[in-house]
Amino acid sequence: MALTQPKSDAAEVLLAAYPAPLEQGQWADTARKAALARFRAEGAPGRRDEYWKFTNPSLLTAGEVAPAGLLDTDEAPVFEATDKLLLVFVDGVFIPELSGDLALEGVRIEHLSEATAKDIHWAKDVYGVLEADGQNPVPRPLAALNTAVATEGFLFHVTGKVSKPVCIRYVRDAEDADAVVHHVVKLDEGADITILENGPAAARFNHVLEVDVADGASFHHVRAQGRDHKRMAATHLFARLGRESSFKSFTLTVNGQLTRNECVISFNGDDAHATVAGASAGDGGDYHQDDTVFVTHDALNCESRQVFKKVLRNGATGVFQGKILVKEDAQKTDGYQVSHGLLLDDDCNFLAKPELEIYADDVACSHGSTCGGLDETAMFYLVSRGVPEIEAQDMLILAFLDDAIQEIEDESIAEDLRGRMKDWMERHRGQ
Amino acid sequence: MFEIKNLKASLADEDKQILKGMDLTIGDGEVHAIMGPNGSGKSTMSYVASGKPGYVVDEGEVLLDGVNLLELDPAERAAAGLFLAFQYPVEIPGVGNMTFLRTAVNAQRKARGEEELNAAEFLKLVREKAKSLKIDADMLKRPVNVGFSGGEKKRNEILQMAMLEPKMCILDETDSGLDVDAMKLVSEGVNALRDGKRSFLVITHYQRLLDHIKPDVVHIMADGRIIKTGGPELALEVEHNGYADLLNEVA
Repeated sequence: MALTQPKSDAAEVLLAAYPAPLEQGQWADTARKAALARFRAEGAPGRRDEYWKFTNPSLLTAGEVAPAGLLDTDEAPVFEATDKLLLVFVDGVFIPELSGDLALEGVRIEHLSEATAKDIHWAKDVYGVLEADGQNPVPRPLAALNTAVATEGFLFHVTGKVSKPVCIRYVRDAEDADAVVHHVVKLDEGADITILENGPAAARFNHVLEVDVADGASFHHVRAQGRDHKRMAATHLFARLGRESSFKSFTLTVNGQLTRNECVISFNGDDAHATVAGASAGDGGDYHQDDTVFVTHDALNCESRQVFKKVLRNGATGVFQGKILVKEDAQKTDGYQVSHGLLLDDDCNFLAKPELEIYADDVACSHGSTCGGLDETAMFYLVSRGVPEIEAQDMLILAFLDDAIQEIEDESIAEDLRGRMKDWMERHRGQ
Repeated sequence: MFEIKNLKASLADEDKQILKGMDLTIGDGEVHAIMGPNGSGKSTMSYVASGKPGYVVDEGEVLLDGVNLLELDPAERAAAGLFLAFQYPVEIPGVGNMTFLRTAVNAQRKARGEEELNAAEFLKLVREKAKSLKIDADMLKRPVNVGFSGGEKKRNEILQMAMLEPKMCILDETDSGLDVDAMKLVSEGVNALRDGKRSFLVITHYQRLLDHIKPDVVHIMADGRIIKTGGPELALEVEHNGYADLLNEVA
């Protein structure tokens, strides 16, 4: 199908915002060229695209980035208390001086620019490959763009059980930084890694994470997107899961004027498990947060869970588009999907599109999507015991979010995020 | 002293008065029971006294030691010493029973200008009280009332009562949904809290509960007011003859 002129034009405008990566005569040139062709063929996302029905992409596709004020806080970064290998990016650029030693048992970590200069590299089979697979049946042009222009990011080759989490911290310096970061994680059979990401990254952040999980391997991912009010982010997480593998990803989004988190999971081996969960909290009419998930079951006896909770107040908007596609041979699939919006006043929006598309006949899939206010019966129960109304409200909001936070396996990390949410609620009260 | 004076109250959503001039006085340390046909306003009285949204007070006062509770928000009423044991205790997923109890106890202490309990003090106290109500550690760890049986929920109400040490307790059909053993256990819990100072108002349909929690005074309520007051024998009369005679007597 030929593209409309506006979509092509918008693609060129967006493309012009990023410097073209230097050609190095190696595998990466091919990958980037293919991605560029994908992006041009798809065009920039537009308001009339069905997939962008609830989220206006214009800020993400603009040729220039409006400056976003830096949040002034002396709060300790998320995951501060966790023992980890820290990798620091400032405005989307890796800063070795601020980071830990890349040598870590069980994983080989290389900067993208290092790997792209080599003639043979394992990343050839993953970088942009999972992203390309994820373009069907729904185009994800911002991810293709990312593959085409990214020069920042890390390649993780996980060969065993990694002794401690790798934490990627995104710090901001310039008010108008427009960052593109692309990470690839390849887990060998039975390998196990936890990747943490936190921080606002940039005024506009285009982020791709491709994760190839081999048979019996486990991938854990917890992310907190920072709370600068005017920041924007389009993130894509692509995962390919082997037999008996496990994938768990959780994202906390607070503040930010526009956040679109897409997650594309594909089961390629039998008996695997995937969880993708998120908690989101927004205050005010310029908060717009979108979780878009696509899970494809193409193997036997796999289990997928999607758990999303959003707390919205003073005109904030939360979006959930979640799909479970069960192909004809994916018998014994267990697919679960819930999305709930908690609206603290009448001005908020929770827009949800839960979808199940099932071609196998022996599956168990369930989904639920609700939105509403705080439970008044529960509120009265708490206040009748002497809990002041504000505290009772906090307890119920935290309880609401906890269904999603509980999906995090590491209890101390979950507790860290609970504390962040409590602090957020204390800062965001009243009108 | 707990006093209800000429209380008139309506449902906020409908133009319908439920309480039509109720009067009741309960002295310190006394146990009163209220019986009455369905729809007579027994539960409404307990909700209005404790401040549940959805009701409008048209007239009257509810006083606890001279303080008009109707002028306070529900949490302040609790801190002032009122406790309502719910007929249907609410399940609150995601809120831990212990967290809830500790927050409630300390919020009340704070409101009264008392020192808050630290974690160790609280834990010791709650374990001790829970033991006598046969509430095991697992129940304390679970979210508030979630997955509790009917009996467990009511025992949890009594545990909260024991921890919060209110001056005035209203028990709204605490016997509903309880088997004989559970009723006995709950009643023992209530009786253990009788200290000559704390007052109780027991709302029930059945005389049986009053065998366990022995009232000093029994009231019959109908159509939004108290129509007859007597001793424990009044409950026996209702058990045997129903309400028809009493209602005719007043009419």
